[in-house]
Parts: sequence; structure tokens; C-alpha cells
Amino acid sequence: MSHQSELIATDIEAYLAEHEQKDLLRFLTCGSVDDGKSTLIGRLLHDSHLLYEDQLAAVEAESTTMGSAGGELDLALLMDGLKAEREQGITIDVAYRYFSTSRRKFIIADTPGHEQYTRNMVTGASTCDLAIILVDARHGVQAQTKRHSYLTSLLGIENTVVAINKMDLVDHSKERFEEIRDHYLEFAERLDLKKAPWFIPISALKGDWVVDPGTNMTWFDGPTLMEHLETVPVTVPEDGDLRFPVQLVRRPDLTFRGFAGTVASGVVHPGDEVMVLPSGVVTTVDRLVTFNGDLDEAGPGTALTMTLTDEVDVSRGDVLVHPERRPQRSHEVDAMVVWMSETDMAPGKEYLVQQANRIVPGRITTMAHRIDINTLEPEAAAGLAVNEIGRCTVTCDQQLLFDAYERNRTTGAFILVDRLSNATMAAGMILPQDSAWDVQPDEHLQRHLSQITVAERESRYGQRPCTVLLTGLTGAGKSTTAVALERRLFDAGRATLRIDGEDLRLGMSRDLGFSAQERSENLRRMAEVARLANESGIIVIAAFAAPKADVRDRARELVGPERFLIVHLDAPVEVARQRDPEGLYEAADRGEIPQFPGVSATYDVPENPDLTLDTATVDQADNVERIIDLLTERGFLTP
Amino acid sequence: MTPSMTADALPDAPRRTHLQQLEDESIHIIREVVAQFERPVMLYSIGKDSGVMLRLAEKAFHPGKLPFPLLHVDTTWKFKDMIAHRNRMAEELGVELIVHTNQDGVATGINPFDHGSKNYTDIMKTQALKQALDAGGYDAAFGGARRDEEKSRAKERVFSFRDKHHRWDPKNQRPELWSFYNGRVHPGESIRVFPLSNWTELDIWQYIWLEEIPLVPLYYSALRPTVERDGTLIMVDDDRFRFEPGEEPVDRMIRFRTLGCYPLSGAVESTATTLPQIIQEMLLATRSEREGRVIDHDQAGSMEEKKKEGYF
Ligand SMILES: Nc1nc2c(ncn2[C@@H]2O[C@H](COP(=O)(O)OP(=O)(O)O)[C@@H](O)[C@H]2O)c(=O)[nH]1
Repeated sequence: MSHQSELIATDIEAYLAEHEQKDLLRFLTCGSVDDGKSTLIGRLLHDSHLLYEDQLAAVEAESTTMGSAGGELDLALLMDGLKAEREQGITIDVAYRYFSTSRRKFIIADTPGHEQYTRNMVTGASTCDLAIILVDARHGVQAQTKRHSYLTSLLGIENTVVAINKMDLVDHSKERFEEIRDHYLEFAERLDLKKAPWFIPISALKGDWVVDPGTNMTWFDGPTLMEHLETVPVTVPEDGDLRFPVQLVRRPDLTFRGFAGTVASGVVHPGDEVMVLPSGVVTTVDRLVTFNGDLDEAGPGTALTMTLTDEVDVSRGDVLVHPERRPQRSHEVDAMVVWMSETDMAPGKEYLVQQANRIVPGRITTMAHRIDINTLEPEAAAGLAVNEIGRCTVTCDQQLLFDAYERNRTTGAFILVDRLSNATMAAGMILPQDSAWDVQPDEHLQRHLSQITVAERESRYGQRPCTVLLTGLTGAGKSTTAVALERRLFDAGRATLRIDGEDLRLGMSRDLGFSAQERSENLRRMAEVARLANESGIIVIAAFAAPKADVRDRARELVGPERFLIVHLDAPVEVARQRDPEGLYEAADRGEIPQFPGVSATYDVPENPDLTLDTATVDQADNVERIIDLLTERGFLTP
Repeated sequence: MTPSMTADALPDAPRRTHLQQLEDESIHIIREVVAQFERPVMLYSIGKDSGVMLRLAEKAFHPGKLPFPLLHVDTTWKFKDMIAHRNRMAEELGVELIVHTNQDGVATGINPFDHGSKNYTDIMKTQALKQALDAGGYDAAFGGARRDEEKSRAKERVFSFRDKHHRWDPKNQRPELWSFYNGRVHPGESIRVFPLSNWTELDIWQYIWLEEIPLVPLYYSALRPTVERDGTLIMVDDDRFRFEPGEEPVDRMIRFRTLGCYPLSGAVESTATTLPQIIQEMLLATRSEREGRVIDHDQAGSMEEKKKEGYF
């Protein structure tokens, strides 16, 4: 449908030239059943003269048989879709509508307000630039208003319009409008809205302030809703760092090898130096090829085929970036996950994670909390059911290359697919991961070398330094074993440093909590200290739960794989629970400690530990001797 | 070389028009199919939407050729001009063209005159399409449908899941978020892909105009032999036409808004002989596009019934 422009009849070519220049606004309408959503969309189209006669005639006919507007033209009937739904009088999915005015082309994602709202709204919102939140003036801000607003902010929609509808039923009262507005603003402080919401009083049924101002609410300054939609700036949603996820490698003949894809964010030019991730190879952009000719520059959303000056290895799922602006990479991401399937989330089960042209196996390893969508408060939960939202840790078999969703709606999002049914189970938005593991130190910093040689230290202390990580569940015996081992080594004349995870948290890590991310950071700090101690010739005994295999791997890399020993203290979880030295299991059961390994998070049993100790049935003293034997055998304890 | 990568660089970059955005989105979808599926095929119906879809596919794989064949389901009752156009396009693009006709239907003499549009369409289009897809073992098939065509299509996915029997279940479609498309299927199942989902009729015409996409001449008005039946103008395209007693072909200036089987396609009287004139007429028209398609008339929701059975 198109706007009725004078030009169409008088100068069609001029009209086409004008129409060609229009940009695009994708918006979402959210409201509960009966808030007037369909009527509003019908009104927008009707008053902009965007309906064909046959469409109007059909609506008029249907208005009498199934309309709910009391014989009046029921504009809502324009908007409904599938037959079964029509008969039930409800819509049950996202329906897309199209129209254009003299200024813009619009795509409306129309999502219903009943119990499947979360799934449908999230789907519709994922591609939108603006959301209209409908509030019934009689009822004011309701629980569903809060839900809709929360989902809008969760999905990162930039512009929010709060349309206070049915003003005709509250005497077009300015006071009522302001009361609702203030109430909304008070609540909106808790949301992460990108821009302040815009408020407008309307009557979708009668038309006031939708397309025409009307005469009932002259106290409102405008603009009309339509004018706002036509003029609100649609900023490029993803500015900043270049992200070019490779979609296809194209090699039509021997002379041409290109990488097809869509620029997710940033701007690229021929001649730019780019890095291929995950390989890290640096090369230069040669051409930006399109059917309509090579480009000098390409920005977000542009589909093109890139060629590179060097013959480098690139495959689907790789990401091309500017070398100094790299995305994050990790096996593990913290994310807000919206569950979309009727089949509940199964934490620990393998799903496929589809993110930025990569599909990798992965699982939900930690369920931090669920959001009560009515109060927006976090609450303890073991998993998610359909239409629920929660914060989880997703662990993948391969590293993901990603940005936080708030920075990038393409590389920061993913879907989870069931391996057996192939159904799309969930949508995820990656949270900022600010992990210090990935922070690059300032390049001007230099290392200051010691004058003491490794050999000098070895002969002084009679040992070769190493780090023994005692890992296991809480209650497995890490702390007490560490103390006993320290005593044993000290008595034998060795120089040691014992680092207990809990001790670290009392001092150096007092800023950290217990999320997967914070546990990872605690282990990083241990590894940094252990490295310093090892470099000074000292043997380190570290007692940490260290539940995640990939974090342990990073610690091993940092300390030095040749001198890092993993000792797994293995006690069945029932035994560990029974010991429950500090009442932690009980607290975790009550939901007081999120992401607690063995309760609300998984413990990755080490695959190739240097030593596994049975701490349930074997005596601690014997276990300590086995560690001593290991150190001797590996040559760390020179006689 | 220092790449300019700051946000400041963007406002100066030319604003992307809605057509550029639609084009890029469609190219992304088409490439995604080639990346995810083993045996994709493009259903080529020879109409204007197919013409746009074909051009977008060319763009997606430029400078290479299309990495999939075109499939045309020929009912044997298509306009002669359509067949000529089809063959010319396939030859110009150097793309493999598969033409399939339901031979059982031909053998039993199924035709649009004796068997009614519903039966005829089911046998010569719906059944024929399923035969062709099964024979080719295709796991993905592109179609040129748009969401703005008809109410039930407004909620259609871009990747639309079909079971082993090619059936569409409106209750069992995968949520589709961002630009992520889940194309995983079990053997025998397939996905219908609609890269033009977000295009409107005006977008299609505008794009044809801008890109100079070749069209079947029937879209342009010309003097053509016609008969009028129940208020619908039907063109007499060959000597298989069955005249009712007393019917005589009359030459009228007509054109078609949608093309299909000639006995089932309603023409409009028109003087539009250029693209801008066609667009002008379309914009000034008071009836929405599918009015001209006889098969949608049967009953409200008929398109949805057909989709459940496997029609596009
Ligand atoms: N039988 C046995 N008990 C142990 C062993 N190690 C620790 N324990 C006991 O298990 C309980 C919990 O130990 P603790 O070191 O606090 O566990 P952590 O939470 O892993 O640090 C204490 O009562 C220890 O005495 C062991 O090797 N064998």
C-alpha cells in the first residue's frame, strides 16, 4: 500500500524518484488484548488513505458479522490473520504489515498481548527500531505494560513511544494523561532504556492524535503519532567496530576467491588492514565486490563479497575485524535467555548454538536466576519454561567470537536449536563479559627482568617451582588438604606459598561474587600470583573449587603448562554435602548462593588430571603422601 | 592504513534507502540457504516477483553463477509468452532449468475447463510441485511470495518448515529472530524460503523499474483476443480454449497484474504500455492485487487451506 500522493496522477516518474529515496522504519506495537492495538494500526492505515476499496468493503462486511465495535467500522478486523485465530477472536503470532507514506516506508511487527506474548514479542522486537507501548487510559500502567517495556529494553529497541489510548473514555483528561506518564516514568527508571520514552494521548477508535490532531485534546502539543513515526531519526543501530561474519566462501573460478557476507557493524574500505578470527591472521582488504560495482566503503547492513590481498584460510563463521578492535572470545558466555519452546530447558543438555554464522554444540552450564516478569526481580530457578527469561551461562565446545548484545545486535545474539527435533528453543542476548583474561595490557609497559637465574634459585631452595591446583567440590577437602600439604612440605625444608580461594576473597578478591564470571576472575588472580611465586622459585599450593575446565586451562596457560599440576579431590557430592563445612550447600539450596557448583552449576570433572585423590574414604595423610610422590616423580622436589 | 571506524564516520555515509535495505536482506537470506542446505532449488514462476527474486540471486553470487537450478512447474496451460520468457532467462543466465509437468494429470486429461479451478490447481500445481520436489530430493525451495499479498501470509516465516508430506503447520513454525535462520531438517523434510517476504507490490515494481529487470510482455497492455466470463476477462492464448455457445473472442487493450494459467488469469483493461504507467495504474487502483487470481476467490481463508496442502 502506498500513500495517496498527488504526484501519482500528475507525474508518476517524479513520484517514483521521490519514493525511491524513502528509508525504512521497523516498529512493534505492544499491548494486551483489548488495549486497542489492532484498532490503532487500522486507524493509521485508514486515516492515511492506505486502504483499498476491496479491503474496506471486506472489513465493513465482517464488522457486522463478527465485529466488536458495536456496528461501527471495526478497523481491528483488518489486522487479523489465520482462520482458526479469527474464529477464536484472537491473534496468536507475529504478523507483519507494510505501508508507506510520503516520507517513509514502514514495517509493523504486530504481536499479540495474551499468554504467548513473551515469545512473540521477542521475535517481533528483534528486528525493530521502535516500539509503541499501548496503555489503556482507564487502567493506567499495568503489569503487562511493565512486561512489554522490559522486553523492549531487553531487546535493545532504541525508541519507545508510550501511547495512552482510549482517552475518549476518560474525558480526554490531561490530568489522567499526566498521572499515567509520571507513573510510567517512575517505573521506567528500573529499565535500561536507550532514550527517554515519548508520550502521546490518543483515541485509536475515534482517531485523535493518530494521524490527525482532532479537536478533543487541544492541550496536547503534538506532533501526531504518525508524524512522530515519520520523523523519528533511525540511527544506524550498530556503529563502531567492524564485524564482518563470513557467510559463504565463493570460488566461482580459479581467478576469484571472495568472502560473501553482510557487514554487521562498522565501516570497511578497500585497503583496510583486517584480521581473520579465530585464526588471527592479518591481511588487507582488496575489493568490496557487488553486482552493481565495487564499493569504496561499506557500512552496517551492506551485503557484499570481500576479496583479500593474501591467500589466507577463511571459512564460514570466521569474522573479519580491524586488528585493534577485536571481539571477545570465550567458550563461555553469560546471557539473558528467552525460552521459546514448549519443552523446558534442560540444563547440561547439548544444544546447538547458532551465532553470527557459526553453529557450535553448547549447553546451559549455569542458571543464575529467572526474571519474574511482573516484578522484574530475579528469583532462583533451576531452568526455564516457555515464555520465561533468565540469566544463564552457556558453554560451547568451540570458542565464540562475540560482543555484548548492547553493543552489537548481530554478534551479541544467538539462538539455541534442539539437536533432535531441530526446533528453535531459545533466543539469547550476551551480557557484557568484561573478563580481565582478555584485557590486553598497555603496549608501553615492559617487563623488568630479575638478575637471579633459575639455576641459582633451584640450588638455594632445593626444588623446582610448580603450582599444585587442588580442585573439587566444596567439602571435597581442598582447604584442609592444602594446609596439610603445606605443613608436610615446610617440614621437609621446602619453600611454599599456599593460596586458598576463600582467603583470596577475604582480601585481594573482596570485590568478587560467585557468578561463573567472577569465579573465573578469582582463579585468574590466583594464577597471576602463582606465576610470580613460581618465577621466584616458590612451590604454590592452590585450593580452589575451579569448576570450569576452560578456566582451569587458561590458568594453566598463564602459569605455564610444564609446571602446572591439577589434583582432583574426588568426593561424591553426597559426601561433600554431608560435610558441608560452612553450611554452603544449604544456603545454595535456598537460592542464596547463585551458580554454586554441585547445586545450581555444574562442576567439570578434570579430564586428564595429574592426580585424582579419593577424599571420601582414603585418609588425608595418605592423600598428602601421594601428592608428595607425584612432585618427586616429576622432579620438582630435588633430593 | 588507518581504517575509519568511528561512529562519526557514519552520518556522512549515504543513508540507505528502503530498497537497498530490502535488497541486502534478501541477498543475506539467499546466501544463507546455500550455506545451510545441500540441495536448494529456486521455484521460478516466470512472474514479476520471480524476476526480482532471480535478479537478487544473481546479485548474491556475483561474479559467479547461481549455485542451484531453477524449477518451473508447467501445467501445460501457461501463456506462450511466459514459456518463451522462461527459456530466454535461463539461457541468458546460464542456469540449469528443470521443467516438471504432472504426467498423470496430463494422461487423465486434467484441464481447467472441465475440472474446476480447485481440482485442476491441486493436481497440476500442488501435486506436481510435490512430485518435482520429491524427485529432486530438494531440502530447500525458494519461492517468491510476499507477506503483503494476503492475510495468512502476513505471519509466514522467511524459512517456512514443511514436513515429509510438504505440509505447512501454522502451529509448528520456528520462531525467527534477528537475521538468524534455522534451516536444520531431517531427511525428507524441507524448508520453503521466501526471500521477498518484506517486499510490497510497489517495492517490486519500483525495483523492476530501477534495475531494468526483463518482464513477460503480458504485463504491458496490448490488443489481445479475450472473452468475458462472470465479469472476468480471459485471454484466448491458444486454440485449446473452449468457447461457450455464442462466445466470440474480442480484441481488447488488456494487461495482467499476475500471471498463471491463461484460462484462470483475469486480465484488466488498461492503456498502460510502459512501466511507470503500470505503476501509476497500480497505485491508483482501488482493488488489491490478488483480486485477479481466480483461485483465491473460492472461500475466505482458501489460501491457507492450500498452503497446508503444500501449495506455495
Ligand atoms: N576422609 C577425608 N576427609 C577429608 C579429606 N579432606 C578433607 N576432609 C574433610 O572434609 C571436610 C571439608 O573439608 P574442606 O577442606 O573444608 O573442604 P573445601 O570446602 O573443599 O575446602 C573437613 O571436615 C575435612 O576434614 C580427605 O582427604 N579425607
